[in-house]
Amino acid sequence: MGTHDGPGLRMVVFLQGCKLRCVYCHNPDTWDTHTGQEMTVDALFEKAIHLKPYFGKRGGVTVSGGEPLLQSEGLIPFFKKLKAAGIHTNVDTNGRVLNHFTEELLDTYTDLVMLDIKHMTETGYQEITGLPHKETTFRFAAHREASGKPMWLRYVLIPGLTDTPELLHRLGSYFETYKTIERLELLPYHTLGVHKWEALGKSYPLAGQREHTKQEIEQARSLLEPYFKEVKVH
Amino acid sequence: MVETKFTDGTWTKKVDVRDFVINNISPYHGNADFLVGPSGKTKALWDICKKALREERQNNGVRSLDTDTISTVSAFGPGYIDRTNEVIVGLQTDELLKRSMKPFGGFKVVQKALSEHGAVPNEHLTEMFSNYVKTHNDGVFDAYNDEIRKYRSLGILTGLPDNYARGRIIGDYRRVALYGIDFLIQSKKDDLAQITGPMTDAVIRLREEVSEQIKALEQMIELGAKYELDLHRPANNAQEAVQWTYMAYLAAVKEQDGAAMSLGNVSTFLDIFIQKDLEEGRISENEAQELIDQFVMKLRVVRHLRMAAYDEIFAGDPTWVTEVIGGLFANGMTKVTKTSFRFLNTLYNLGPSPEPNLTVLWSDELPEAFKEFCAKVAIDTSSIQFENDTLMRESRGSDDYGIACCVSYQELGKSIQFFGARTNLAKTLLLALNEGRCELSGKKVVDGIAPVPEGVLDYDTVMANFKKASKEIARVYNDTMNIIHYMHDKYYYEKAQMALIDTNPHIDMAYGIAGLSIVADSLSAIKYAQVTPIRNEHGLTVDFEIQGEFPKYGNDDDRVDLLAKAAVADFNQELQQLGVYRNATPTLSVLTITSNVAYGKKTGATPDGRALGIPFAPGANPMHGRDANGAIASLNSVAKLDYETAQDGISNTFSIVPQSLGSDRVEQNENLVGILDGYFSKKAQHINVNVLNKETLMDAIEHPEEYPQLTIRVSGYAVNFVRLTREQQQEVITRSFHNSL
Repeated sequence: MGTHDGPGLRMVVFLQGCKLRCVYCHNPDTWDTHTGQEMTVDALFEKAIHLKPYFGKRGGVTVSGGEPLLQSEGLIPFFKKLKAAGIHTNVDTNGRVLNHFTEELLDTYTDLVMLDIKHMTETGYQEITGLPHKETTFRFAAHREASGKPMWLRYVLIPGLTDTPELLHRLGSYFETYKTIERLELLPYHTLGVHKWEALGKSYPLAGQREHTKQEIEQARSLLEPYFKEVKVH
Repeated sequence: MVETKFTDGTWTKKVDVRDFVINNISPYHGNADFLVGPSGKTKALWDICKKALREERQNNGVRSLDTDTISTVSAFGPGYIDRTNEVIVGLQTDELLKRSMKPFGGFKVVQKALSEHGAVPNEHLTEMFSNYVKTHNDGVFDAYNDEIRKYRSLGILTGLPDNYARGRIIGDYRRVALYGIDFLIQSKKDDLAQITGPMTDAVIRLREEVSEQIKALEQMIELGAKYELDLHRPANNAQEAVQWTYMAYLAAVKEQDGAAMSLGNVSTFLDIFIQKDLEEGRISENEAQELIDQFVMKLRVVRHLRMAAYDEIFAGDPTWVTEVIGGLFANGMTKVTKTSFRFLNTLYNLGPSPEPNLTVLWSDELPEAFKEFCAKVAIDTSSIQFENDTLMRESRGSDDYGIACCVSYQELGKSIQFFGARTNLAKTLLLALNEGRCELSGKKVVDGIAPVPEGVLDYDTVMANFKKASKEIARVYNDTMNIIHYMHDKYYYEKAQMALIDTNPHIDMAYGIAGLSIVADSLSAIKYAQVTPIRNEHGLTVDFEIQGEFPKYGNDDDRVDLLAKAAVADFNQELQQLGVYRNATPTLSVLTITSNVAYGKKTGATPDGRALGIPFAPGANPMHGRDANGAIASLNSVAKLDYETAQDGISNTFSIVPQSLGSDRVEQNENLVGILDGYFSKKAQHINVNVLNKETLMDAIEHPEEYPQLTIRVSGYAVNFVRLTREQQQEVITRSFHNSL
């Protein structure tokens, strides 16, 4: 259960497998598509029903990862059951997958999408994720916008890498006209996931990277505030 | 027939406070915006109290003592904090925070407590109590047999109310305000006339008790007169209603020093008087809050004379002035009023505090604004606890109840309970593995327990022995309780409180167990892993070798949670078989207060891997650090314990760091509401909520002077953290502080 992955109190399902290799990833153990614990839709659904009394007015189920939309096809029956049981559904995604399964999942069964905006430039995007084509994320955002259903954006603030005023203004002005974006969440960079890299025997690309001061975070927040309905720092 | 300006009902014909409340209540569905801060008078008084409290802490926990007067309802002259600023008057003695002698529980205890502060009782009293006057404690030890003495000394039964007063009884203090004492005396006289022969033991006893109650009511009138209050008649306005109610409670805490001296549910009742005065323009909101602030201030300075050893089982000098707030009537109408908010607001106006022990009766049908305010107060102050109103109301049958002590339902004015501390269930399990011998001393405790075969423990064999041992423990526990309560009735009868309860009420015999999580985890280890006892030269277990993994209680895993559930149900079942003094109904609690530390010391290594001497988890909590799957999983495990088999209450103390409840205060409040709704929907009964960082507590250990009001919930009650011993502070810090849900 968590309170930081979507509205209210939520059951968070971490799905295994991601193609991105984000330098600050705090769950690098979820990259591999061949490991992880297999669970049936029924078992997951049963667990959600067990926890439902805690969801309150706004909580529900979040699928995160890894990149959950790699398993869009499998998520459809899960979300379908959740919706039938009156449970709020949320997908936390990097927006790189958009096939007809994804579209069905998002358009029909997903109450909220939380979309990670990695970077506003192609080089920055590649530097962070190790993959090209930042525009896939924007196509994804446009698709959600067209569907008219709610979306939150998430943006990781890294000193020197994503936090320059120029980049932040670009982020703001790009999405300023979107009607479905309810909130921008700023995630200040932190080192809490470093131990997982070490446990996996991987060297941590951002070793030595400093964290933001409170004041810097506040500056970024107030710079972005005019562009969005709500800007929230996690 | 009562003459009234309120809506009448059966309450005007006979004593029936509930009927008055339900006919006159103004339920409140709004938010906390109407609340106001403390008045100038309140601030002036509280400044004096804070200074006095500091002096008390600096003077080894006692500010002053009286060594000449036996405290009775009317023994002391009037006492004031600062008369010009007091809108509610009355102190237990003639001076703020002065402690007095209440020797009928046990005179040696009084002597000991005084001597620890360099004082001795008046010579004449010493002579009287040494030679002529018998106490509860004397009576109990006259009747105890060798078996009971052995159980006590080995730590199988501890914390028993055999050398201190039993407490737990809640007088219906509202009656004095609603009816005035003349009416109550007349009702009791009518009752007495109806108690007729044949003169059996029970009838004679009851006649004597009711006569004593009438005397206590007369003393209450005298007490009122000392403060120039006319308690003959009912209260006429809000100020009088609060004052009369407090006088009734004050009478109780002047006469008795029971471990828990709970208040009941006066907040909903008092609101009716306050609301009427507000509507008719006689008082303002400021004055309404002032009444409640000053009443609560008085409740915060209730003190009893205790010896240091008492602190081991009841740490931090608690008084358990438990007041319930909220809940619903059976017809679905909420009992939340503006005065429910005003009581909680005292935690802002006067700062956080362990007393009174504010207990919110939670139901998912409570007004949403009230729920959110409660969550906010819990997060801000860690001073309140929550109990499941829906569960208790439906299971126990009344919607007019208070909480005795920490977690125990008690119908107001109709029912009482006999407090019974607790037995050590973890040690009982060790008896099962040691042929009925105490694992530490080797002394035989229970006959007829066969040795368990050498090597890896077999679950069924252990369970069969455990059942036998439990049966014997229950038998001796029951004998002990019967003696204790027989003698308490005889030598230290609660005449002032019983005068405010219906004649011949229903009685619950409140048993308890400690060490539940250890039993559950031990049985799980034996069942799912390979556990081999390591024995000393006397064949007693000194440690256990555990091979393999086993599920641990606190992770929402049925394999072990159902073992915990069954352990409670089984022990309760044993108790139900036994004859109880005054035909009381046996009930069982899973509650330790702070005796979990003392019990740990007296219990050897256990098959779950716990080492000798390590504190138990408090109440029904999972063992520290073993609930590793997040807060909700831990709560779900506790929620599986069946209240029907533990009707005296199931205590769960929950600590969580603020950030894990959400990233801002609005979210945190809302998510705590979600947690409470979820937990109670699973039929859990109780939860203490601490929202704190461990670092705050560690800093308070180093700099106590900076945290005079830091309050933390421990096990069904709250304490000033800085008043705990270093050992108790450390134990609190080792508990699980959930940083994930």
